[in-house]
Amino acid sequence: MEEYGGGDFLSEAMGSGARVVVVEDRVEAPGAFALHLLLKRALAGGGAAALLALAQPFSHYDRVLRGAKGGAISDSFVRLYGDIQRAIDASRTGDNTGRFTLMIDDVSLLEVAAGGSVDDVLDFLHYCVTLTSEMNCSLVFLIHEDIYSSEEGVGVLLHLRYIADLVIRAAPLSTGLAADVHGQLSVVNKCTFREQRLKAQRIWNFHFRVKENGADFFYPGSRH
Amino acid sequence: MAAAAGGQTVGRSSFSRAAAPHVASSSTAAGVKLGPNGAAFVSSGIPDLDRILGGGFLIGSVVMIMEDSDAPHHLLLLRSFMAQGVVHKQPLLFAGPMKEPRLFLGTLPAVASSKEDGRQRGMGAGTSSDGRTSDEALRIAWQYKKYFGEEKTSHAEHRDNKQEFSNDFDLRKPLERHLLNAQNIESLKKETLLVSSRTVVPHSCPNFREKMVEMRMLDGLLYNHYVHHNADTLRRKDWDMVSFIRSLKAMVRASNAVAVITFPNTVLSSSFCKRWQHLADTLLSIKAIPDEDKELAKLLTGYQDMVGFLHVHKVAQTNSQVPVILEASTFSLKLRKRRSLVLERLNQAPVDGSGGPSLDASGSCSSSSQGSQLDF
Repeated sequence: MEEYGGGDFLSEAMGSGARVVVVEDRVEAPGAFALHLLLKRALAGGGAAALLALAQPFSHYDRVLRGAKGGAISDSFVRLYGDIQRAIDASRTGDNTGRFTLMIDDVSLLEVAAGGSVDDVLDFLHYCVTLTSEMNCSLVFLIHEDIYSSEEGVGVLLHLRYIADLVIRAAPLSTGLAADVHGQLSVVNKCTFREQRLKAQRIWNFHFRVKENGADFFYPGSRH
Repeated sequence: MAAAAGGQTVGRSSFSRAAAPHVASSSTAAGVKLGPNGAAFVSSGIPDLDRILGGGFLIGSVVMIMEDSDAPHHLLLLRSFMAQGVVHKQPLLFAGPMKEPRLFLGTLPAVASSKEDGRQRGMGAGTSSDGRTSDEALRIAWQYKKYFGEEKTSHAEHRDNKQEFSNDFDLRKPLERHLLNAQNIESLKKETLLVSSRTVVPHSCPNFREKMVEMRMLDGLLYNHYVHHNADTLRRKDWDMVSFIRSLKAMVRASNAVAVITFPNTVLSSSFCKRWQHLADTLLSIKAIPDEDKELAKLLTGYQDMVGFLHVHKVAQTNSQVPVILEASTFSLKLRKRRSLVLERLNQAPVDGSGGPSLDASGSCSSSSQGSQLDF
């Protein structure tokens, strides 16, 4: 993700250079707002994006983002991957040097589309990861962490956490819903681990409040 | 785009989305209310619930109700919803696990005569306070919130709107036959819904999709989750059901329909239960309360009239990412005079002894020490 002008906590936490971003959320604290933010940033830097929208119709994203483009939906994963590659190639023609971002909303529905075949989903995700090195692409996946909190099927979540450079986790407050704080966000930035910058902060925790256009981020107890 | 430079989000959006009422009024069907951001609502059949949800059930959304296996109170909601659809002459599609789903239609409630209920609503606050004047003198202070908070809408306006959008139903009387017979109601037996193939909808019910498209007006759909007895096929069926719900959601979005699905969350594994919850646009859960629970009776006022609790987990939001935060999310389900269904905010009784009563009437029950009944 390119450094985006905003001085808010999320931009700071995200830094730049993350290729694979995983957004986790729960029923009580939906993380779609983070996807919308990331999509805006991906497009604002002159980049292009493809949105695999399984959860909402495009008009929803359109309204929230006011004009974001892109999208690829298909029945079979192979065709899907082919479509994605074509979309990337199409955006490469011309003088477009910006980064391409592929967003998937969300991986849990990808599993449903695959009829529960976790292997197919993992294969597909790994193929997508190859795009990051081959074609200068970034990936953003949304996954519902509370679906995997019990017995079976933890595989996909753990895999995603492993391959991610950046994990953004939305969770509700322990005190429940509130009008001025919608939840807490924890950001783990693994890039800083790799770069061995000892003084750089790697794990961030702050609260968020979702607004029409974006979100406010603040430390607990400090409100502006 | 100028708006894209909003990395520093400064206050509100740069434009407001108008509902364009002048365009919509010409094509508005009966029983549809318009809201902000291009939203359109259908009544749930319970005026209190419509108010709580900010208008009603959003058209194009999926409403899920998590049942309590102890008591069938979710059926109260379903019946109200279906009856409302019948009254507004909206096509209905209903499926359930019973052998003869059409018989369920016989249990739908009739419309209550408005004069009685209008008076009753106005008096609702008054009568209960009259009935307890003697020993409640000391308690009046903390009950103010209950009486003044609810009376905001003027009753005259409320009554006018009621006729059009949402009706009170008299649960003692069945819905008039002629209304049912004149109605476009389809019911599906459970066999047609359960197939082992992955794409449940097209194979099982060939004209299902056509019916969905035909019904351009409003459909009310109702499904009951079927309890799987066969453990071998259980896992396969779980994925089929989720896939079906997802297809249903897509269809409902594309047509002017509202789907109401009830399911017992104890039957599903927790992971699938979460999947269903994520798929829901509006998520409610019903919890039954036992007839005699002295601890709860001490904790809440009006306990004797309550039949259950309704908890609102999620409220559908259209074209916006801002979540809907309610002031209170747990309500008590009461049957007024065994006749009409009302939802009320919970009021905690003053606690005897040191601490002093908590004046915060909303949602405070979840933090009580005896709160096992009230934890959702």
